[in-house]
Amino acid sequence: MINSHPSRVWRKGSGAPIAYFPGVGGLPKWLPFLDHLAQSRTVIAPSLPGFPGAAGHDALDTHLDWLVATHDLLIAAGLRRADVIATSVSGALVADVAALWPELIDRLILIAPFGLFDAVDPPADIWAQRPGHLNSILCADAATYKEFVAQPDDADPLEWKVEQMRALEASARFLFPTGNTGLSARLGRITAKTLLIWGELDRVMPFSYAERFKQIIKHSVVQQIPGAGHLAEIDAPAAVARAVLDFTA
Amino acid sequence: MKLMWFHLMPYTELPADFRERSPSVWIDIDPKLFNPARGHLMYNDFMDELEFAATCGFDAICVNEHHANGYGQMPSPNLIAASLARNTRDSALCILGNSVALYNPPTRVAEEMAMIDCISGGRVIAGFPVGSPQDTCFAYGQNPSMLRQRYYEGIEFILQAWTRDEVFAFDGRFNKQRYVNAWPRPVQQPHPPVWIPGGGSVETWQYCAERDFVYCFLSYFGYKVAREQMHGYWAEIRRLGKEPNPYRAGFLQFVGVAETRAEAMKLYREPAEYFYGRCLHVDPRWVVPPGYMTEATIRARVASQMQLAAKVSAGGGPSINQNATDFEAIVDNGYVLVGSPDEVADKLREIALDLGVGHLMLLLQFGNMNKQLTQYNTKLFAERVMPQLKDLFDDQWEDHWWIKPMAKGERASSAVAA
Repeated sequence: MINSHPSRVWRKGSGAPIAYFPGVGGLPKWLPFLDHLAQSRTVIAPSLPGFPGAAGHDALDTHLDWLVATHDLLIAAGLRRADVIATSVSGALVADVAALWPELIDRLILIAPFGLFDAVDPPADIWAQRPGHLNSILCADAATYKEFVAQPDDADPLEWKVEQMRALEASARFLFPTGNTGLSARLGRITAKTLLIWGELDRVMPFSYAERFKQIIKHSVVQQIPGAGHLAEIDAPAAVARAVLDFTA
Repeated sequence: MKLMWFHLMPYTELPADFRERSPSVWIDIDPKLFNPARGHLMYNDFMDELEFAATCGFDAICVNEHHANGYGQMPSPNLIAASLARNTRDSALCILGNSVALYNPPTRVAEEMAMIDCISGGRVIAGFPVGSPQDTCFAYGQNPSMLRQRYYEGIEFILQAWTRDEVFAFDGRFNKQRYVNAWPRPVQQPHPPVWIPGGGSVETWQYCAERDFVYCFLSYFGYKVAREQMHGYWAEIRRLGKEPNPYRAGFLQFVGVAETRAEAMKLYREPAEYFYGRCLHVDPRWVVPPGYMTEATIRARVASQMQLAAKVSAGGGPSINQNATDFEAIVDNGYVLVGSPDEVADKLREIALDLGVGHLMLLLQFGNMNKQLTQYNTKLFAERVMPQLKDLFDDQWEDHWWIKPMAKGERASSAVAA
């Protein structure tokens, strides 16, 4: 229970735990990327409020509310001193948690995280896209993401759509309108070794932000993934899993 | 029935190839298209038109709020209403309205509307729209996921500011003020009538019914599109056991009147095609920021889209094309009602009875209609249509939601000299 609302936590595999917080749209389905990790690690994927598997985003009004909820979710999922992966929108929250509670996270992997904004080189406005267009820019290959969010045969079509719209609202709730959470003032507090992963074909978060994060986070390295877009782990599951496992070995 | 003259204040000189050249009329309209010297003339023409409508005997003149918008050039309706308060005498000043969530603290809204109510001697109708997604979330950067809660809290704040006779603290979820003291205070007691412009959400209908506010369905797509919404509203009013008084409702309709229907078709073609072709060129990326619609509304719409898709695949389809830009289709769809005075009066009576609306807002200036044609339309409507409609409903219903101005003898001489 986070903030009086239940939160789904998916687990798979064995070995040292590693957490995964998904990006735009959350985790409506299990991912091949997580299967790669689960071969040698216990993958734990908690749901942030409002993302598939968890309610309660509409009770969180301030950035502090969101950070406390993210912190408490890690604790509730048994993730103290674990390695943590956070993608895209959830990267903004997890990077902040790593800054505020440096002892909580062992190794940090951020995949094209939100949290910073530069008007000279802005990210795509994910909350202002023409109908259907957002799904075509999140991955390098639009078909890959569309397949990921395609409604399974046993899902209720109405609930499936509502869940995806709710996830997008949840991201807007803590990032709208620019995605700048003031994170740059706190990134310097992060002590965890940090891997910054960027898809070479990211059409949402420009690669220039990798350098911005790297400059402020003390122990950080950048790795680009060929052929991958913004949600690089969906485009290139094996390559991103390999990068993560090598970094945390 | 109340007949109310509504102005959007559109920029009247968007280029003919606007749709091709510009991504949208709203939010990212090219700022270089705005010519301030022409803007000077437009604003003065528009205010002349509003004042002219008041002298013609319309029950109200109406202003509204838009931002970064080429068809709605009133970022501050209160500025226009303040000027109208001085230059008109009897008509209500319907401010539809102030998008409450954009003002922090909402004290500003309470203060300014109270000022205009004082200046006008109690002629303000206080409209409180949640505001369009374009105006609120994109032009003003409000968080779509929190907009409605801020809005409801803002209205509560304003009503307390107008009605409490003490300095008080407001410790709300979004608005925290240690000392609230709206000075000046409105002439109308306990406060000016509150009207809520809305789309078609059940929550808004229930909110208006519970708070005893007027619900206004403001759309650019005319009476045919409004039927489903207004019938839904009245069904909800009946379900809640409220009196089905038509003065609980308002509705907006574009109208072009001339001596004959043929003449009206000739006169109003260009301004209508300008409005529906250029002014409503809105990039769909600005239409639905996530969280703007409540989850209940999303569920209703998704379910309705599924039904529609099923209907289309079964050979049926929507009966109204909401993208019509040529005049025949605009008229056929009911976006703009045109005709001779008698034809227009007959149709408006039929519409008012069908929709059950006692407050009929009329757009008699639209698109690039010039002042001369606007005044012709306004005058002909006032002289030949209005007399046929003004008594509608009054034998059966009382308008509890209308202004309560000061007696004429008590008002400042300059305010009654116009």
